[in-house]
Amino acid sequence: MTTTHHHAHHFASANDEFEAAKQGMWVFLVTEVLMFGGLFVAYGIFRGLYPDMFHEAHKFLAVNMGATNTLVLILSSITMVLAVTATQRGRRDRAVLFLVLTFLLAGCFLVVKYFEYAHKFHEGLLPGGYFVNQELKDPKAPLFFSLYFVMTGLHMVHVLVGMGLIAWLFRRTARGEFGPQYYTPVELVGFYWHFVDLVWIYLFPLLYLVG
Amino acid sequence: MHDYLTHTRGLRSWLTTLDHKRIGLMYLFTVLAFFLLGGVFALLIRLELFGPGRTIMDAATYNKIFTYHGAIMVFMVIIPAIPAAIGNFILPMMLGAKDVAFPRLNLASYYIFIAGALVASSALFLRGADTGWTFYTPYSIRTNTTATLVLAGAFIMGFSSILTGLNFIISIHKLRAPGLSWSRLPLFLWALYATSIIQVLATPVLAITLLLLVFERLFRIGIFDPAIGGDPVLFQHFFWFYSHPAVYIMILPAMGVISEVIPVFSRKPIFGYKAIAYSSFGIALVAFIVWGHHMFVSGQSELANFVFSLLTMFVAVPTGVKVFSWVATMYRGRIRFNAPMLYAFGFLQLFTIGGLTGVFLATLAINVHVTDTYFVVAHFHYVMVGGAIMALMAGLHYWFPKFWGRMYPEGPARVSFALLLAGFNLTFFPQFILGSQGMPRRYWDYLPEYTMLNRVSTAGSWFLAAGFVYAAVYLWRAMRAGEPAPANPWEANTLEWQTASPPPHDNFATAPVVTDWPYEYRDPLVPASASRSLP
Ligand SMILES: [Cu+2]
Repeated sequence: MTTTHHHAHHFASANDEFEAAKQGMWVFLVTEVLMFGGLFVAYGIFRGLYPDMFHEAHKFLAVNMGATNTLVLILSSITMVLAVTATQRGRRDRAVLFLVLTFLLAGCFLVVKYFEYAHKFHEGLLPGGYFVNQELKDPKAPLFFSLYFVMTGLHMVHVLVGMGLIAWLFRRTARGEFGPQYYTPVELVGFYWHFVDLVWIYLFPLLYLVG
Repeated sequence: MHDYLTHTRGLRSWLTTLDHKRIGLMYLFTVLAFFLLGGVFALLIRLELFGPGRTIMDAATYNKIFTYHGAIMVFMVIIPAIPAAIGNFILPMMLGAKDVAFPRLNLASYYIFIAGALVASSALFLRGADTGWTFYTPYSIRTNTTATLVLAGAFIMGFSSILTGLNFIISIHKLRAPGLSWSRLPLFLWALYATSIIQVLATPVLAITLLLLVFERLFRIGIFDPAIGGDPVLFQHFFWFYSHPAVYIMILPAMGVISEVIPVFSRKPIFGYKAIAYSSFGIALVAFIVWGHHMFVSGQSELANFVFSLLTMFVAVPTGVKVFSWVATMYRGRIRFNAPMLYAFGFLQLFTIGGLTGVFLATLAINVHVTDTYFVVAHFHYVMVGGAIMALMAGLHYWFPKFWGRMYPEGPARVSFALLLAGFNLTFFPQFILGSQGMPRRYWDYLPEYTMLNRVSTAGSWFLAAGFVYAAVYLWRAMRAGEPAPANPWEANTLEWQTASPPPHDNFATAPVVTDWPYEYRDPLVPASASRSLP
């Protein structure tokens, strides 16, 4: 156990501690929803104001890449679930395997995103004041790419944080620190990872599939 | 026996402590240091306004000084003062717990706060910031001061606030002592619970808003910039969606302190326990649907103005419930005039004026007339300083014996209370008159006919300064060498008083069990008919 022995005793039992940690994670995810919520509201307002511009601009996004990434993240959610179950059942090797798979899928997401971003940079489809693309004539179009980059960028930061957490879980699992008796961090990172996937499930249709 | 102060020694043991009591005190000293800084800026503002035209600084400097004053007092003083400083110390003790639910997260919150405060303060040594603490666009996008640092600092400090709120919510749910049911929970904890909910729900919206504004300055994303179709008013909506509820982050904990002090020093059970507890949630709920009252003249639709005006008036209902309950608690009580109670009186006087002028401002026609005048400045200072800071002083005196195991001196405490109450009214009451006569806020200069009242206000600020400096001196001395305090000098019933002063490292020698609500105060001299029975 790495929790400071000095203070672990402020909970009546290990189960109380687990329940508290789980509640804490839920509250944290609520704050995340509200933070992304601000961006979704901004998106909704500008899409309401400039529906034609959104329709024009969204054609410049690569739907196939976005769809690939959606699939990749859904898969990674499944492998994460499998990692949690394996830990709960005390099957350390399986847990390690699924954590590695989740990590690799997250990496795959980033590689696809890298190519997408590189392409946008190349075509001058940049946020706001840096927008230099000549094909997209609508003067408000830079706003779409501001939203695109801020929303997917903030999501990507969450993916990176998630990868860090999964790597940390991998190390601790390999050391045998988790098992049927204690798996709080694995379960909580699992919650977080599903949240990150869920955000993308909303981002994908809103940005790539404007009707 | 070792208490928490002598449990371990040395600066290092404080800086790496996981003890909620020490973390609370580290917040307290940090907050007080910023209070000094913000206070100096306030004195400079008042000094400049001593007469029309240039008095001690030019207009550009003045814009920076009032920005520093506002940003420091809001983000680094009033928001963390009662929850993060006093709350951290008292909340686990009132619960009968050994610590908050997540002690390491608690220490992390403190350092996140310090990091944010340092980033924001670093602007002071560069090109400063001159946007006001509200960072309104489009000016905040264009100013060539180092506003980005202040924005980034406030963004970082927001996470500290979120994590403290999260920690408190889970602590109250999971760490209540056996027998401490919700209907026996001290009102300070009800207030902190409601505050934490606002911190957790509103602060993330501020975070994304400030982040967008930083991107606006760094990458010209244009979301708030009309030049490429963005909307500067959207910034105001986002900003006030946080910053109106933030007002209740500042005042709800203050109300919680007052709800503890009044029954203890009236020697009577609190009147309307449930009403006070639930009204905190009433306030928290209404907090989220009134932000538009800051934007009556920002080009909002008339319908929106009407709705926001009406909804804002609902704030007065739960607030009134509290004020009347406190007064009813005192009715036929046997009141003890110790310093915490004096400050509670001060709170009632000032907060009532602040609250009622809030109803004036909620009234659309009056609001349009006094928008951006000193009337608004006076109103929110009556609430924020008169309310929150008076309650902070009440709390500091009330829990002083518990913090240090020493008593503060009652005589000097009365002197400083008198200075603060007189100084406060002298400083801010004239501003109501100035505002109703049309003197606009935020300006460096004013018309000659406003001179007299501005002089009175500036003179009042010196009384306020004297009161705070004097309080700092006697409290510091008492902390070092005051009379030793007994465990429960006020004969209070909440759990923090049922252990030694100062408390041991683990708070309680034996784990407490609760068998009654904490407000069963009866003085033998009070006739039974004056006391209310249990709810
Ligand atoms: Cu407001």
